[in-house]
Amino acid sequence: MATQSMPDKSEPSATITTSKLTKRFGELTAVKELDLSVRQGEIFGLLGPNGAGKTTTISMLATLLDPTSGEATVNGYDIDRQPLKVRQSIGIVFQDPSSDDILTGYENLYLHALMYGVPQAERKGRIQEVLELVGLADRADDIVRNYSGGMRRRLELGRGLLHQPQVLFLDEPTLGLDPQTREHIWDYIETIVRERQVTIILTTHYMEEADRLCDRVAIIDHGEVVVLDTPEALKEGIGGESLHIRLADDSESARDEAMTALEDLSFVRGIEQHAGELVVAIEGVEVLEKLPEIMNATGKMARLNLHSTTLNDVFLHYCGRDIRAESAEDRMATVHGVMTGGR
Amino acid sequence: MGSLSESGLDLRQELRGIYAIWLRELKVFRREKSRIVSSLVTPMLWLFVVGGGIGATVGEIERNGHTVDYQSFIYPGILAMSVTFTSVFFGMYIVWDRKVDFLKEVLAAPMTRTSVFLGKMLGGSTDALIQVALLLLFAAYFDMKLTVLSLVGTVLFLFLLALCMTAVGLSIGSQMESPEGFSLIVSFVVFPMFFLSGAIYKLDCLPAWLGIATRFDPVTYAVDGLRNMLLPDMAFFSVAVDLAVLLGFCIVMVAVGTFGFKRMRL
Repeated sequence: MATQSMPDKSEPSATITTSKLTKRFGELTAVKELDLSVRQGEIFGLLGPNGAGKTTTISMLATLLDPTSGEATVNGYDIDRQPLKVRQSIGIVFQDPSSDDILTGYENLYLHALMYGVPQAERKGRIQEVLELVGLADRADDIVRNYSGGMRRRLELGRGLLHQPQVLFLDEPTLGLDPQTREHIWDYIETIVRERQVTIILTTHYMEEADRLCDRVAIIDHGEVVVLDTPEALKEGIGGESLHIRLADDSESARDEAMTALEDLSFVRGIEQHAGELVVAIEGVEVLEKLPEIMNATGKMARLNLHSTTLNDVFLHYCGRDIRAESAEDRMATVHGVMTGGR
Repeated sequence: MGSLSESGLDLRQELRGIYAIWLRELKVFRREKSRIVSSLVTPMLWLFVVGGGIGATVGEIERNGHTVDYQSFIYPGILAMSVTFTSVFFGMYIVWDRKVDFLKEVLAAPMTRTSVFLGKMLGGSTDALIQVALLLLFAAYFDMKLTVLSLVGTVLFLFLLALCMTAVGLSIGSQMESPEGFSLIVSFVVFPMFFLSGAIYKLDCLPAWLGIATRFDPVTYAVDGLRNMLLPDMAFFSVAVDLAVLLGFCIVMVAVGTFGFKRMRL
C-alpha cells in the first residue's frame, strides 16, 4: 500500500531488503508479508502504534528471531543463511535496557569492543570518543546500576556506535532522554550518516524525531505497511492545514450542529471531533479569507487554533486516534510467543 | 574453507568473544564478594555440624583395613558439593539474564552460540573454582594426602566437575521459561546429584537399588576422583574410570548445552 517512491528492488545500493517477511506468534501475526527496501546511507523510520510489529521486524533483521516465512538481506547477507555476516554488519540499540548493570560504563564498552571485533589498537581511543560523545566520560568508571535512566540509554547508544557498523538499528533511541541530549544524539546520527554512509533503521514514538531525521518513513500497523514515503510527501498527502475549534456552547448537540454546517463548505475536506474540539481539515484556500464563512457555520467560538500538518497528524490519520496501549493480554501473548519461539 | 568464510566464521573473533564473556563473569564475580563468603557457610555446616555430629555417632570409617574419621571422609565430597551447587546455580542464572535484555546484546554479537555457551561455561567454572579454593585450605586441617600431584589432581577434578555442572545449569536455564521452575530443579536435580554421589557415605555396602543409582550420578565419579587424590584408601573406582566418566559426561553436556543455546529464545 505504499503510495509512491518504493525504489526498484534490484537497485544495487539497497542495504536492506525484505520480501514477504512474516512472523507469527501462534495466532498473532506480528509482521505480515513485509516488503521493504532501504538504501545505503538512508535513515528509515518505522512508525506505528504499540504492538504494530516494529520491534519484531528489527529482531528478525538482527537475526535474533527467525522469520516464520519470507526472506530478508542486510548489507547483502541473507538473515537466514548468513547470520554471522549480518551480525558483523550491524549495531543495535535495544528498546529495553540491555547494559550490564553490575559493570561500569567503561567495562560495558570494553566487552562490547571485544565481542564485536574492534581492533585492539583502536579500542581505547574509540571507547573514549564514544564516552565523550554521549557525555559519560566523567562517569565511565561508575557502576551502571548507579546511572540514571537517561545515562544508561546514552551508554547503550554509544555502545551501538562503538564498532562503527554499516547498519544501525535504533529501537526508540531517545526514549526518556532530556531535550538537550536528544538534540545531541540527533546531531550525531546525522553526522555518521553523512560521513560514513551508515544506514539507519529507526523506530520511535516521537514524531518530531522521525520528521527531523528520517529520509523516508513507513507507518506500519498490525504488521503491515500502511503508507511509506518521505515525511514531506506524507504531510502533503493528508492536506495542509487544519483548524481546531472549541465552541462557546460546549455541548455535544452544538458540536454536531456545527459539524453539519461545516460539511457544506466546499473547502472543508474533513471534520473530526476530538476531546471536545472540532478538527477541521482545510484544503487549497487561504484560511484567513474564509474565516467569516467558517464562523458563520459554527456560531460563537471559545477558541480557534490554526494548525499546520505535522507527522503526528499523518500518524493519527493512518492509525486512528484510539489509544492502543499494548493491552496486558497482547503483551503477554507477545512475551509468551517470544519465549517459546512461537510454538 | 569457502563455506566457512561465506558463513562469516572467524575463529580469532570467536576466541575473543569467549574471552569477553569469561572476563565479564569474572568481573561480576569479583564485585560480589559477599557471595564468596556466604558460599562458605553451607559447606562449613556440613563439615563441622553434620560431619561432627554424625562422626560422633558412627565413629571412624573403615575400608580395606584403613580407617579415617568421618569428617575427613566427607571432606572431598563437600568440596564436590560446593562446586556442584555453585556451578549449577550459575548456569541457571541465565533465566534472569534472558528476562532482562542484557543477554540480547551478547546474542546479537558476531559470534556463534557455541562460543557464547563456552564463554559462559568457562566463566562459571572459574567462579566455582575460586569459591572452592577457600575450602581447599581446610585440607591441611583434615589430614589429607597433600603432595603437589594430589593437589593438582584435586584442582583438575574440581574444574572438570565445574565444567560439567555449569553445562548442566546452562542447559536447563536456557530452556526454562521462568525462574519459577528453579526450586523444582533444585529438588529434582541438584539435591539428588549430591545425595547420590557417595559424598557422605561409602559406596561399598549399599542396598542394591541405591548402589545402581549412585553409578548413574556423574558427581559420584568426581567425589571418587577427589578421594583418589586426597584419601586414596577410601576411593572406590580407579582414577582412570573417574576421569573417563567425567570427561565423557562433560563432552555430552557441552553438546547438549550448545544445542540448547541454539534453540534458546529470548
